[in-house]
Amino acid sequence: MTLVDKDIIAKKRTGRQSRNQIFKWLFFLCTMFGLAVLILLIADTLMDGWSRLNLDFLTNFNSSRAESAGFFGAIVGSLWLMLVTTPVAIVLSVGTALYLEEYAPKNKFTEFIKINISNLAGVPSVVFGLLGLAMFVRALALGNSVLAAGLTLALMILPVIVVASQEAIRAVPASVREASIGMGATKWQTVSRIILPAAIPGIITGIILAISRAIGETAPLVVIGVPTTLLVTPSSVFDSFQAMPMQIYSWVKMPNEEFQYIAAAGIIVLLVILLLMNSVAIFIRNKFTNRY
Amino acid sequence: MAELKTKIKQNTQEQSVEKSPIIQEEKEVVFQSKNFNLWYGDNHALQDINLTFHENDINAIIGPSGCGKSTFVKSLNRMTELVPIVRTEGDIDFRGDDIFKSGMSVEELRTRVGMVFQKPNPFPKSIYDNVAYGPRVHGIKKKAVLDQIVEKSLRSASIWDEVKDRLTDNAYGLSGGQQQRICIARALAVEPEVILMDEPTSALDPISTTKIEDLMQELKKDYSIIIVTHNMQQAARVSDRTSFFYQGYVVESDDTNVIFENPSDKRTEDYVSGRFG
Ligand SMILES: Nc1ncnc2c1ncn2[C@@H]1O[C@H](COP(=O)(O)OP(=O)(O)OP(=O)(O)O)[C@@H](O)[C@H]1O
Ligand SMILES: [Mg+2]
Repeated sequence: MTLVDKDIIAKKRTGRQSRNQIFKWLFFLCTMFGLAVLILLIADTLMDGWSRLNLDFLTNFNSSRAESAGFFGAIVGSLWLMLVTTPVAIVLSVGTALYLEEYAPKNKFTEFIKINISNLAGVPSVVFGLLGLAMFVRALALGNSVLAAGLTLALMILPVIVVASQEAIRAVPASVREASIGMGATKWQTVSRIILPAAIPGIITGIILAISRAIGETAPLVVIGVPTTLLVTPSSVFDSFQAMPMQIYSWVKMPNEEFQYIAAAGIIVLLVILLLMNSVAIFIRNKFTNRY
Repeated sequence: MAELKTKIKQNTQEQSVEKSPIIQEEKEVVFQSKNFNLWYGDNHALQDINLTFHENDINAIIGPSGCGKSTFVKSLNRMTELVPIVRTEGDIDFRGDDIFKSGMSVEELRTRVGMVFQKPNPFPKSIYDNVAYGPRVHGIKKKAVLDQIVEKSLRSASIWDEVKDRLTDNAYGLSGGQQQRICIARALAVEPEVILMDEPTSALDPISTTKIEDLMQELKKDYSIIIVTHNMQQAARVSDRTSFFYQGYVVESDDTNVIFENPSDKRTEDYVSGRFG
């Protein structure tokens, strides 16, 4: 007497196999749906913006006249913004992640902080805008300067990088840590020579994602009151500035239909800059990974 | 079973010929634990451990799984402190100094007491950087000096010939047995006085195991070795002294041939003859 009835197994086999196929195609369709929508969007933007995408557009300041409106001020302004956001965000978040994973005592309080940092990653960007307005723009009287907006965006992306860095640090096997400590290395030597180098690819991935989000973020800049028409680029972090997403947003709101095409051209530029940044970061990441 | 026992006896007899009790007495004490107790939370993992280890001895620690062998060995270089719930009582003296006293630097202790772990755990770095890690951590920067240390350590770990042409390759590209010898070389590179080995050959094939056992015989001329092993033949083959741990206690600790041929405790006899464990 056997418990496994071969006949039933044979009967069920075709059903199992076809279900297997169905799910494979279902997941394929899910992927294709997202991809198709994305391609459509990009194609549409490209068609709209192509005619306006020329050297003048890249080198002119903004203007209320559609013929001469350009993106120069916004491009330079956004780069300035990232110059503040990136280092501040990296230092604060990698430091936080290292403290939480390597140094903090393993207790309820640390656990509480960790959970809340993950929660912070889900806070809407407009809330960070309000925080920036209250803290940097008003309390510290930085106005709508590069510094105020840069710090605001840095705070906004902080949780994302912290969480990604924590995961990368946690992924370094305990055996390797023990090996270093067991050789008489100090905590800091272990962190700087073993853990950070091993975690760097993961950390950089987190940074890429976070900066990409920051450079396209509009809501906090609206709250802070970043101007849309300036005829100068900032010469220090205390100056006022323009930013790409803010500029695009203001063009889209214009009644003159010509500005829709200008906005599309702006979106293309923003996308290209994002792609460039990502490729550079991926290059750095691969280089680091190969070294081990 | 009978075969195994005679084999063990043969091995131990060979060793007992080499060893005269007078030399044993002259040997300096390296480690001495006095009523050492350790708890993981409420789990009393080590209970009143009194053991003495001498210079240039290979000391085997045997006992069934979970009896506290790893815990004890990790206590000797204070690696157990990495586990937050650990609490200890009693003393462990290293060359006469209490390792838990406030003036003792853990970094110095762990430099003088090296460790080789059960699973090969090289760093994700080149072979060279792995071996040079310890000296670099201790501030040696000169390339010429590092080169010498790396070569010497790799030679002592009898792996130099296998890797000398690919020192810049990642250590992860080596076989498990080679990785373990890299880890031994890495431990030797800081010239420790004692080497702790926690089942260093449990993940290795017989050939690599033999190499590491031969290596230990070489190393004991300059170092004291404390090795945890589940392999009775290995303990009998390589060690001078054997301590039998059981449920957190030391049941018996004596010359290896006594433990294997003439143990005074029934449990030791049962364990070394493979009747439980
Ligand atoms: N990090 C830890 N946290 C809590 N308890 C632990 C920890 N490590 C070991 N223990 C407990 O301490 C006791 C002794 O463990 P230990 O690892 O020293 O045994 P062992 O003799 O080395 O066993 P094995 O031969 O399986 O390696 C066990 O009861 C184990 O559950
Ligand atoms: Mg163990």
